[in-house]
Amino acid sequence: MSKRRTVLEHVRELASFRELLVNLTRKELTVRYQHSTLGFLWSMLQPVFLLVVYTAVFAILGAGFGKFSIWVLCGLLMWTFISTTLLTATTSITDNATLVGKVKFPRAVLPLASVAGALVHLGLQSIAFAGVLIVSRHSVDWAYMPLVPLAALTAALVVAGLAVIVAPMNVYARDTGHLLDLVVLGWFWATPILYQFERAATTLENNGLSRWLQMANPFTPVVITLQRAIYGSPTSIGDKRLVLLPDESVGWYAMWLVAISAIAVLVLAGALRFFDRAETNMAEAL
Amino acid sequence: MEAVVVDNVSKTFRIATDPSDSLKERILRFRRTNYEEFAALRPLDLTIDQGETVGVLGHNGSGKSTLLKCIAGILTPTAGEVRVRGRLASLLELGAGFHHDLTGRENVYMNASFYGMSRRDVDAVFDDIVGFAELAQFIDEPVKHYSSGMYVRLGFAVAVNLDPDVLLVDEVLAVGDEVFQAKCISRIKQFQDEGRTIIFVTHDVETVRQICQRAIVLDHGQMVIDAHPSKSIRVFREYLHAHSPIDDPSSITESPVLFTDVRVRHANERSRRHLLPGESFTVEIDLHAAAPVERPVLAIEVGDPNGTPIFRVDTEDLGTPLRHLDGDHTVHIHVRNVELLDGEYPLNLTLSDRATGRVFDWREGSHQFEVANPTRATGLVALDVSVESDVEVKVDVDVDVEAAPRSPTE
Repeated sequence: MSKRRTVLEHVRELASFRELLVNLTRKELTVRYQHSTLGFLWSMLQPVFLLVVYTAVFAILGAGFGKFSIWVLCGLLMWTFISTTLLTATTSITDNATLVGKVKFPRAVLPLASVAGALVHLGLQSIAFAGVLIVSRHSVDWAYMPLVPLAALTAALVVAGLAVIVAPMNVYARDTGHLLDLVVLGWFWATPILYQFERAATTLENNGLSRWLQMANPFTPVVITLQRAIYGSPTSIGDKRLVLLPDESVGWYAMWLVAISAIAVLVLAGALRFFDRAETNMAEAL
Repeated sequence: MEAVVVDNVSKTFRIATDPSDSLKERILRFRRTNYEEFAALRPLDLTIDQGETVGVLGHNGSGKSTLLKCIAGILTPTAGEVRVRGRLASLLELGAGFHHDLTGRENVYMNASFYGMSRRDVDAVFDDIVGFAELAQFIDEPVKHYSSGMYVRLGFAVAVNLDPDVLLVDEVLAVGDEVFQAKCISRIKQFQDEGRTIIFVTHDVETVRQICQRAIVLDHGQMVIDAHPSKSIRVFREYLHAHSPIDDPSSITESPVLFTDVRVRHANERSRRHLLPGESFTVEIDLHAAAPVERPVLAIEVGDPNGTPIFRVDTEDLGTPLRHLDGDHTVHIHVRNVELLDGEYPLNLTLSDRATGRVFDWREGSHQFEVANPTRATGLVALDVSVESDVEVKVDVDVDVEAAPRSPTE
């Protein structure tokens, strides 16, 4: 058996193949938009459309609170990034079976390209979302805005670690994808996107649990940071003054993101180690 | 200097006897899956020096592709180690690594990045790649519109232009047309002159003879011989065409009887090279038996101009066995009344042992006969055809002939 390499060597190899990562990401985007006239505009239309739908639906239902659709979009766009990455990463190796069987390259590039592709997508949607915010004259909380890229980075790191784990899993057990569908659905409702952090915190406390239990979900700090910055207020805008988010400083939110990022880096390193082990027999398992 | 070292490498595939990839099955049985082991490569050592061109021969399932994939790093050996010095480029399958929806240009960059090459590196050789592949016109077309020949041209062009130190080629060249194949061969020769290392897997022994300095033969995952191509090719032919696996490589011996000369002759060979339909020819074969050989079988096979066999017979079928060979002999095979139409018809000659099927010597396509057909009939076989009917026969006057009458002297 040949010597197993260290994570650092693996990362170094991946770094030397960054051109491949760029090309695979570009390929994914080119192929996705190839036969559509509007091309990547479709990605940008999605948040606009969602905003209209949520505004209309919640106006009719009378549920939610002031500017509820903007609140929802803060978390939903991030969640779209998370779920598309995980679902495309799962099949990233199995969908490229012929490639893996015929060409040598560091296979971990495949799930990482899924992350990069979804990240580009998220970028486009963010531009559209920003446009909507400007048009609707919504004012964000500029003090918290520098945390937005940090939140995106945190989410990307967490998702990258998971992508590198689920992709090889699906090679050896093909129904990982089905399992993941359920996990992603459950995870969505465990993240304060359609509801507010403080509401769930109250429920937890009424049941004798800690409100900070929510922070065990790495996407919770990401989403509440985005809500704090973009929705722009820890309490609801409008007539009913609902407490939505922890009324904490920029430093507090930043601290959570940094902590999650640090854990995510460790998870990613572990994931690469796991991947290295799984890579050994990958070509023949396909 | 060693370019490739295959150090005691073996590869065993585990084939699940109750194949199931589902998570449920995995959890339920948890590592209790029943496997059958299949040894694709038995412990094998191979050292290839820089600048060498090595051919790998073997029939399907002999382990040659597994060996190549282990060298390429696609498969991890079950035991042993492969060491490669320098950049390795591999052409393992037609269009592997090409994405159908991308254009030729995008695929060139994509393909190059599989070897870790940057965009700038590719920019420098891009025109050479396109020029070599002769695809300038189609480079911005999606490759799904390419023919298989175009695929292989582009794949080969990328691989050879990436400045690899070691090039692995598996069969793929057979797909290209003859002109391109010749171009690939000449490029491979240029590679050799530049001191690069090439490993070449193929069924085509003539290519091995032409370009390799060394050839190995694999059978059932074992290396049978590692020698000069002419010797390896003979072993490959002798033993593998007998359809018996080589259990004991030491049993390989020199062939006791060989062809020394083969000539194709016909009655009018002084005035013309070709035959006319219905004429006869003779194949003269000089044999030399170094040791006495009892009743070998001499077979002759005729192919059509595309090489597809159309006829085969041997000395046993004809009831004229070669009873006893010792020393020099000449055998005449008379082929009478060759009612064939235009074309060059290749001949295959095989001399084999009657009992074991072991091939002593053979000539494949090295000799042929040519037929030139003076009539206007087309096709392969010169059938004797005439027409009779109750319609009044009126011979057509050819317009062309009337417009340009032949000179009276002709």
